[in-house]
Amino acid sequence: MNIFDVAGSAMTAQSQRMNVTASNLANAESVAGPDGQPYRAKQVVFEVAASGRRDIGGVRVSGVIEDPSPAKLVFDPKSPHANAQGYVAMPNVNVVEEMTNMISASRSYQANVEVLNTAKTLMVKTLTIGQ
Amino acid sequence: MIDKLDAAFRFHREALHLRAERQEVLAANIAHADTPNYKARDFDFGARLSEAVERGRASSSVSMATTSSRHLAGQAQATAGHDLQYRVPHQSSLDGNTVEMDVERVAFADNALRYESNLTLINAKIKSLLSAVQP
Repeated sequence: MNIFDVAGSAMTAQSQRMNVTASNLANAESVAGPDGQPYRAKQVVFEVAASGRRDIGGVRVSGVIEDPSPAKLVFDPKSPHANAQGYVAMPNVNVVEEMTNMISASRSYQANVEVLNTAKTLMVKTLTIGQ
Repeated sequence: MIDKLDAAFRFHREALHLRAERQEVLAANIAHADTPNYKARDFDFGARLSEAVERGRASSSVSMATTSSRHLAGQAQATAGHDLQYRVPHQSSLDGNTVEMDVERVAFADNALRYESNLTLINAKIKSLLSAVQP
């Protein structure tokens, strides 16, 4: 385990989270996906990628889960996707939640970039010992 | 001669080693700011340093007891993370994560600064030793 591995894996995981958030935000109004069902919000799950003998290590995305909350029902009888009562099932994306998720991912990414820069500076300084 | 040089640098070497190790632990804490159920880790720098200076780094390795001279000497490296301690969070979070970004960032910056000051001390020591051997 070294700092570059740890911070690098965290950056990969956070950018994956940002990717999923972007997909959720983009599809917040997608009434029908390839299977004819409304889009479902997705979330990434992080876990510790323990490197064998130590219980600390990098970050790994253990999976992308679908939000189990029910689809939002909107009354719109003119829509071709409306059901018998005139309701359309809209994606269960919570836009406010996704925005905060995005800000959190961005901040965590920045923190890891800073960690990486500090580690690099220290390493360069270490190379100049005795000069 | 060489062992005297070793003794002169021993303290700084151990301190630098531990600072680098602590930097790794703190980097892992920052990396796991969003991982559910991750517990922030840290270790007691002073205690680890005095232990390393007094008894040497080898004290953390485990050797088998031998009762005959023909027994093989089994040497196993003890897990390096066994003396990591858990940080007590000021505010607990719902997902069981105990990383507090401000605490970790401050500790990280502090540790980086101390690492650099350690390097400065080592450089000064090398300079003074070099000037001692100048004709």
